[in-house]
Amino acid sequence: MATSDQTAMGTSDKTPATEIGHTPEKAPWPLWEVFVRSSRGLSHVHAGSLHAPDADMAVRNARDLYTRRNEGVSLWVVPASSIVASDPDAKGEFFESPKGKDYRHATYYKKSEGVKHL
Amino acid sequence: MATQTQSPRDTQLQPVPSAEDEAGQAYFDKIIAEDSRIEPADWMPAGYRKTLTRQISQHAHSEIIGMQPEANFITRAPSLKRKAILMAKVQDEAGHGLYLYSAAETLGTPRDELFDQLLSGKAKYSSIFNYPALTWADMGAIGWLVDGAAIVNQVPLCRASYGPYGRAMVRVCKEESFHQRQGFEILLELASGTPAQKQMAQDAVNRFYAPALMMFGPNDDESPNSQQSMRWNIKRFSNDELRQRFVGMIQEQVKVLGLTLPDDKIRFNEETGKWEYGELDWNEFYEVLKGRGPCNAQRMERRREAHENGAWVREAAAAYAAKKAQKAQVA
Ligand SMILES: [Fe+2]
Ligand SMILES: [Fe+2]
Ligand SMILES: [Fe+2]
Repeated sequence: MATSDQTAMGTSDKTPATEIGHTPEKAPWPLWEVFVRSSRGLSHVHAGSLHAPDADMAVRNARDLYTRRNEGVSLWVVPASSIVASDPDAKGEFFESPKGKDYRHATYYKKSEGVKHL
Repeated sequence: MATQTQSPRDTQLQPVPSAEDEAGQAYFDKIIAEDSRIEPADWMPAGYRKTLTRQISQHAHSEIIGMQPEANFITRAPSLKRKAILMAKVQDEAGHGLYLYSAAETLGTPRDELFDQLLSGKAKYSSIFNYPALTWADMGAIGWLVDGAAIVNQVPLCRASYGPYGRAMVRVCKEESFHQRQGFEILLELASGTPAQKQMAQDAVNRFYAPALMMFGPNDDESPNSQQSMRWNIKRFSNDELRQRFVGMIQEQVKVLGLTLPDDKIRFNEETGKWEYGELDWNEFYEVLKGRGPCNAQRMERRREAHENGAWVREAAAAYAAKKAQKAQVA
């Protein structure tokens, strides 16, 4: 199930990726998720979403909507329906395995406390 | 065996919740109790979804309708600088509307349906935008008082329990402070100009003061839904609390302008630690809300006109996208 902000509820089934570019005039424009790189050296971060008829317009609209104040040096737009997410109903279980594995963290190792540069 | 008597009517009114709903409710309650955030894919009570859909979409409609009073003055801005500033502000309001529509959509109502609700008059928007903007000074009063009241209302909403709403509000709030400052500056310039200019500024403040105070909504005892919204961590402060806070801020700021607020009842109550103000005309508020304000018809007509006039652009964009996609397939 696709589950970014927008696709979680209802709207995604109305705009499957295959429809992009084939939108009949009356059909709603597909939904795009927008990611903004705020400066060189940083990752693209999810900023929000928008509707646009195609990828080019999505990029232009994303510029106008999410970078009016130099918030970004690069944009990604992704069809919301293309995002694959972990099962929202799985809640805790899916992420359970790292729990109880404190030894994966440096703070687990107490005996070396006070030793310099370690 | 069963000693409890239950009328069939009772069972009808309270259907036994499914195990899934019960687990969902328990998880939801836990998240709210922890003051954590609900995200779109989470189970949520139907009332929570409905309340948020209404609140967020009404907020979005308000941003969109709210473009009109100021957009009407773009051609009449007194300088190129002021024209550029006003255009940037109006563009921001369009952006606010879009952030909020996106957030509302995550609750399951498609955007077209939200638009229809506005265009058909089914949905409400903030009553403040049904007052006319008469002079250039009104651009100042709107920025200072209307955006100012919006900020006081919206800052706590950044912590609303529904994730997408809170995130949209963070973005909005970052942009609003420019709106308020540019308005304050317009008033400050007029207030330090000729006596006629100062009078124009005072007149604008006089007209927008009470409607701005009413933006926080009815008094607490007239606002039954507020309680539930506060239990759900959507709302963090009551209407009256926010209004009092706002009065405290502007009564100080107005001194810098060298103007006055049209309310001789404003005073700080040492005992309660709260700001007090004169009686507001709630009849007027409900009249405007019901569509009988000075500009309701005009605002709705303009919105519908803009939507219809934009139809060919939407159709052309869709047709172009379809044609390009076809070409790409052939190639
Ligand atoms: Fe706004
Ligand atoms: Fe606003
Ligand atoms: Fe604003």
